Amino acid sequence: MTFKYNDVYLEEVSSVAGPLEEQGPLGKNYDITYKDYYVGMNTWEQAESKMLVDSVDALLYKVNKLKQDIDVHISGDLLNQIVSTNYASLSINIPLIGIYGACSTSCLGLIIGSNMVDKGQVKNAIVSTSSHNNSAEKQFRYPVEYGNIRRKMSTYTVTGAASFLLSNKKSYIKVESSTLGKVCDLGVKDANNMGAVMAPSAAKTIYEHLKSLKREVNYYDLILTGDLGIYGKKILREYMKVEYNIDLNNHDDAACMIYDIDKQPVFAGGSGPSCLPLVFNSYIYKQMLKGKIRRVLIVATGALLSTTMVNQKLSIPSISHAVSLEVSDDLF
Amino acid sequence: MDRVKYKELINKYNVKENRLYNALLALLAGGTLGVLGQLLIDIYTLVLNIPTQDAQVFMSITLVFLGCLLTAIGVFDKLVALFKCGLIIPSTGFAHSMMSSTMEYKREGLVTGMGANMFKLAGTVIMMGVVSAYFFGILRWIFLGG
Repeated sequence: MTFKYNDVYLEEVSSVAGPLEEQGPLGKNYDITYKDYYVGMNTWEQAESKMLVDSVDALLYKVNKLKQDIDVHISGDLLNQIVSTNYASLSINIPLIGIYGACSTSCLGLIIGSNMVDKGQVKNAIVSTSSHNNSAEKQFRYPVEYGNIRRKMSTYTVTGAASFLLSNKKSYIKVESSTLGKVCDLGVKDANNMGAVMAPSAAKTIYEHLKSLKREVNYYDLILTGDLGIYGKKILREYMKVEYNIDLNNHDDAACMIYDIDKQPVFAGGSGPSCLPLVFNSYIYKQMLKGKIRRVLIVATGALLSTTMVNQKLSIPSISHAVSLEVSDDLF
Repeated sequence: MDRVKYKELINKYNVKENRLYNALLALLAGGTLGVLGQLLIDIYTLVLNIPTQDAQVFMSITLVFLGCLLTAIGVFDKLVALFKCGLIIPSTGFAHSMMSSTMEYKREGLVTGMGANMFKLAGTVIMMGVVSAYFFGILRWIFLGG
């Protein structure tokens, strides 16, 4: 399903990140960084909540707005019952839509928010996501101190949170269109190879998006996928070529940009709901403001992993959503 | 693209783990740990004049304690990342799995957190250990007569 928008703008963005992300190539661009994984809280789950609150606070500070000025907050994270979001919302105190889309949460939130703003149901919306390496490891894998031996193809959950402010007020970057993806499953059961799990869904969503808007892939200056990792990125490119005969030359993957893969102990790259938004909010957004990149398609890729279902020998489904962002000519 | 074709595509980009290197490293690390254990037994018997059978027990206790201590101060997981199964398979790894699970759930209460999760990883090892000991016991009885 593809939506076209007339009056939806990306007014401001914010990003907060953990210590390993700060040491990465984009380290200087984040609004707030933390020295340790507890962020001054008692547990990792609470730390994740705190980061989410900080990212919303940073966003409101940047646009000089109060919480009362915001109509709706759309947010999600990886943890069971999206606890980070729910507990963060206690202090954020804006009407909440809690969503779950695994690592595709950011684009799902942007689509819901943009639809509401475009229809005039709300005048603005904050979309945010968070993820925390240790809380995710605890829930999906092994105890953190166990230091389970990881394979080269596995990805490393990003610690951080990011927020977007959507608004009907004209600003420099326009949310131009979006495509809601379908759940897709090509039989990959390996939870250590998430890139292979998610690549077909990313390809499908990109193809659907281009097809329904009758666009060539070169229309975009950059197609940025979420968290495929270095191997998933190669798989996506080949899959696109074989299945749809599309050459993805203007493509990059946020998982490969957020860390220095050769030097940092992150295996195939970053992952998690905040991987794509952190890269976009810290780096790509600024490039768009400078006018260096004008049209970007962000494709958040989510592996809908459940340890229960994997133990029941089922394969891992995945979903991807795409949002097209363009530098708006209306203002200048 | 169907599942079979996609599997072929994925396999093209599969990176092989360095199994031989990992195995040799694990052998070396595990072996060093064994030597350390034997050294401890020798020290306990020769210096402290403890009977060999007791010294073996004390050696286990010492290594398990050291494993737990290194986990608690956050060193063991870094060593595991380096030496892999060489440290996981010996009893130090067992201690490490219990200690790390306990630490993970420390803040969720004494009973509902630590108590309930201490054997999260080690429980499987005990259960499988007992089952395999049972079968090996039967095999030993059949072939060696007890």
